[in-house]
Amino acid sequence: MTQRGRVAAALVLGAVLAGSTLGAAGIPKDREAIEHALNRLAYGPRPGDVERIQQVGLSTWIEQQLHPDTINDSALAARLPQQPARPDNFADQMEARRWGRQSVQALSAEKVIRAVYSERQLEEQLVDFWFNHFNVFAGKGRTSEWIADYERHAIRPHVLGKFRDLLEATAKSPAMLFYLDNWLSADPAAAERQQELQRQRAARLGASPNAPPQGQQRRRGLNENYGRELLELHTLGVDGGYTQQDIIEVARAFTGWTITPANQANRPAAAALGGRNRPVQQPRGAVQEGEFRFAPMLHDTGEKVVLGHKIKAGGGIEDGKQVLDIVARHPATAHHIAFELVQRFVADEPPKALVDRAARKFRDTDGDLREVVKTILTSDEFFKARGAKVKTPLEFLASAMRATGRDVPGDGRQMLNALTQMGMPLYMCQPPTGYDDTADTWVSAGALVARMNIAQRIAGPQQATSIGGPEFQRR
Amino acid sequence: MLSLGFAPGFLTRAAAAADARKRLLIAVFQRGALDGLNMLVPFGETEYYRLRPSIGIAQPGRDNGAVDLDGFFGLHPRMAPLKPLWDKGLLAAIHACGSPDSTRSHFDAQDYMESATPGVKSTRDGWLNRYLQATHSTTPLQGVAVTRQTPRTMQGRAATLAFAGVDEFAIRDTMGSARAIEDSYSRTADSLLSGSAREAFEAMGVLRKATAGSYQPANGAEYPRTPFGRSLQEIARIAKADVGLEVAFAESTGWDTHVNQGADNGQLAGRLDDLARGLDALTRDLGDRMADTVILTMSEFGRAASENGNGGTDHGHGNAMMLIGGPVKGGRVYGKWPGLRPDQRFEARDLAVTTDFRDVFAEVVTAHLGAAQAALPKIIPGYGTSKPVGIIRV
Repeated sequence: MTQRGRVAAALVLGAVLAGSTLGAAGIPKDREAIEHALNRLAYGPRPGDVERIQQVGLSTWIEQQLHPDTINDSALAARLPQQPARPDNFADQMEARRWGRQSVQALSAEKVIRAVYSERQLEEQLVDFWFNHFNVFAGKGRTSEWIADYERHAIRPHVLGKFRDLLEATAKSPAMLFYLDNWLSADPAAAERQQELQRQRAARLGASPNAPPQGQQRRRGLNENYGRELLELHTLGVDGGYTQQDIIEVARAFTGWTITPANQANRPAAAALGGRNRPVQQPRGAVQEGEFRFAPMLHDTGEKVVLGHKIKAGGGIEDGKQVLDIVARHPATAHHIAFELVQRFVADEPPKALVDRAARKFRDTDGDLREVVKTILTSDEFFKARGAKVKTPLEFLASAMRATGRDVPGDGRQMLNALTQMGMPLYMCQPPTGYDDTADTWVSAGALVARMNIAQRIAGPQQATSIGGPEFQRR
Repeated sequence: MLSLGFAPGFLTRAAAAADARKRLLIAVFQRGALDGLNMLVPFGETEYYRLRPSIGIAQPGRDNGAVDLDGFFGLHPRMAPLKPLWDKGLLAAIHACGSPDSTRSHFDAQDYMESATPGVKSTRDGWLNRYLQATHSTTPLQGVAVTRQTPRTMQGRAATLAFAGVDEFAIRDTMGSARAIEDSYSRTADSLLSGSAREAFEAMGVLRKATAGSYQPANGAEYPRTPFGRSLQEIARIAKADVGLEVAFAESTGWDTHVNQGADNGQLAGRLDDLARGLDALTRDLGDRMADTVILTMSEFGRAASENGNGGTDHGHGNAMMLIGGPVKGGRVYGKWPGLRPDQRFEARDLAVTTDFRDVFAEVVTAHLGAAQAALPKIIPGYGTSKPVGIIRV
C-alpha cells in the first residue's frame, strides 16, 4: 500500500470507528478472529460461542459488549450467592473482622461466578482491570469491611464511563481512604485546633479534661501515602513528571478526606464522649456522603501548588476535587491509562502507535473510557496479537470452566483455593501496584505445576491434556 | 512416575551443587509484630516492670521467671528449649533492632522489611531474590519458600519455588493425562512456557528422587504439629536432599497481641512455645549441617513498651531478632540497649531502634552466604555503607 493509500485507509477506518456503531471494515470475520476476541474481551469461548457470534457478526458483538446494559444477564443474577449486608454497628473489633472475612469470601466467589457465567464479559474484564489499577488489599486492617462496597459502587459503575468520575469514586471510598491511610492524614496545626475544641467540649460535658476521647488519641499529621500513589499509580505514572513537592501539595489538598461510621455521622463529638445522642451542628464546610467525610477541622486551608496549578487558600473539599481535575486531564495520565489498557488487551510490550491513538482518544473525549477501549478493541494491532498474552490464573480458571462447560461447584468458593495455589488469591494483592499483567509474573515452575493439576481436576482425560497444555495458557 | 523427557543439565548441576554443599540461610518471618520485649526480656531494667505490671515476665529465679542469658536479658520461659543453643554458643540475639522508617502499619512495615527498602514502596522484588539474582542462581531449588504464595522476600526475577510441601509440588496423574501434558510442553515452540515447564519437571524430578519415601526427622527431633512446625520440617527435608538449597523461607503467624497477650502463660506464650520447639527441632534435625546454616528470625516491628488497657500491647517500633547456627558468634545479645525510660523511648512510647535491620541482612548475605561487598547496593539498594554487627564468624 502506498503512503497515500495508508492514510486513506486510516481515514476510512477512523470515520467508521467515529460512528455510533462499528462498521464491518477493519474487523476480521474469520473464526480465529472471533476466538481471539473471546479470549481477550471475555474469559474464553464456551462451546457454541463462536457460532453465535458468527450469526450476529463480530463487530456487532463487540459493540454490544461495549454497552453491557443492553445485554440480558438474568441467568447470572440467578446464580449469584447472597451477599452479607454490612451491619451499621459492630459489637467489637473481632465481630468487624469476622464480617470482613466473610464479605471478602463471598465477593471472591461472586467474582469467579461472574467471570464464568456473565454475558457481560467485557464489563467483568474491565472491573478486574480497574480494581487492579486502583488496588486495595483485603488483608490490611479494616479494608476488608469496605471492599465489596468498593467494587460495587466505586469501580463497577464507572468502567465504561468517565475516568474523572471513577477517580473521585475511588478517592472517596472508605476502602481506599483506609488502605492508603488518607483517613489519618491531617494538617498538624488543624489537628491541634481540633484537640483544643475537643477539650472545650469535654469540659462543657463535664468530662475530665485530661482524658482525650476515645479514637482521638492517635497522633495526627500529614500522610503522603495516598498522594504519592494517586500520582504514581492511579494517574500520571511513575515517569509522569511530578516532584516530591507535588506529592506533599497533593497530600495537603486531601487532608480532611476521611471516614466516619454512618451511625456516628451526625453526632461525632457527643457520641465519642458518651454524651446524649443528640445531633450536633455540623462544622461549616463539612461533607458527609455515606461513610466518606470531609472534616474541615483536619484540613490544611492554605494555598497549594500542584503540577504548576495554583489552588487558592480556603477551598475546603474543593482542593481535593481540583487536584483530581488537574491529574485526570494531565497528558501523562492519558498516556499511562492507554498504555495499561493496551498492555492488558493487546500485548505485554504495547505497540506504541496504538498507545498514542488510545491516549489521543482519552484526551479528545475528556477521558471517556468506552471510547478508549473501543479504539483498542477495534484496532489492527488488537487483531494481530493472537496468543501474545499469557492468561492470569483467574483467566486460566474461568476459561477452563467455560471451555469444558463444567459448572462451578457449590457457591464457587472451592475455586478460590485453586486461585491461591496459582498465586492469585483474589482481593489479597498486598502492594498498591496490583498484580502485574505480564507473562513473567504468571509463568513459573510452581505455578505451572499448579495449573497442570487444576486442569486435571476440572476436565476429563481428553480435555485435561489441552487445558493443562501450553497453548491453553495463552490468550 | 513421570519421565523427565529433557536433557539432564539440571541434574548435573544439582549433583555439582551437592558436592560443594551450599551455605544455607533459613529466614523465619514472624508476621503480625512480635513483642520482642517479652521474647527477649530486659529483666535488668526496672522500667520494664513499671510499664508491664500484668504482662511482665518475672526475673530469673522467681516463679515462671525468664531464662537468664547474661544477667540483664533473659528468654521467655517457654523459650527454654533454645537455652542449650545459647550455652553452646550457637544462638545470638540483637535487641532494639528495626527499621529506620517509623510506620506502625503491618502492611507497610512487612513490605519494607521484605523488600529491604524501608520507606520505598515501588521496589518490586524481595531482598533474598535479589541475592539470588546477584549470585546468578542456576536452579529454582536454590531458593525455596515453604509457603503457598511466593513471599515478597523471595519475589523477583530469579527463579524460586514456593509450595506448602514437597509432596504438593508434584503432578497428580488423576486423569492419566500427566504424561501427555508433559509431552506437550516439550514439543511446543513456546520457549517461555517450555522453559518454565522444564524447570518445573526437573526440579520435581530431582526433589522426588532426593526425598523419596516418607520423611523421618533425625536425632530424635520432634517438630510441633503446627503449620509452622510442618514448614520447618519441609525445609530440613529439602536441605538434606542436597539439591542446592541456599535460601529458605518460612513464616509464623499470630503475633498481633493487642488483647490479653498473657505473661508466662497465654496467647504470646503459646506462639513462643511453637517458635522455640520448632527451631529446636529444626536444629536437631539438621544436625551437623548447622555448621553451615544460619536461621534468622524477624518481625516487621516491635510492640509498645507499655501494656495497654486490654492486657495486650499496641504497635511499637524496635524489636528483637535471633540468629542460630554454627557461623553465628553466639552466646551474646548484640546491639546498643537504649533503655526504656520515657526520654529513651522512640516517640516517648516504644523501644528505640539502635540497629538497622539492614545491617543484619547485609552481614548475613556477605559474611555468611558469601556475596561480594560490591553486590550489596544491588541486593539492598539505598542502604549505603554497611555497618556490620559482627555477629557472623568470618
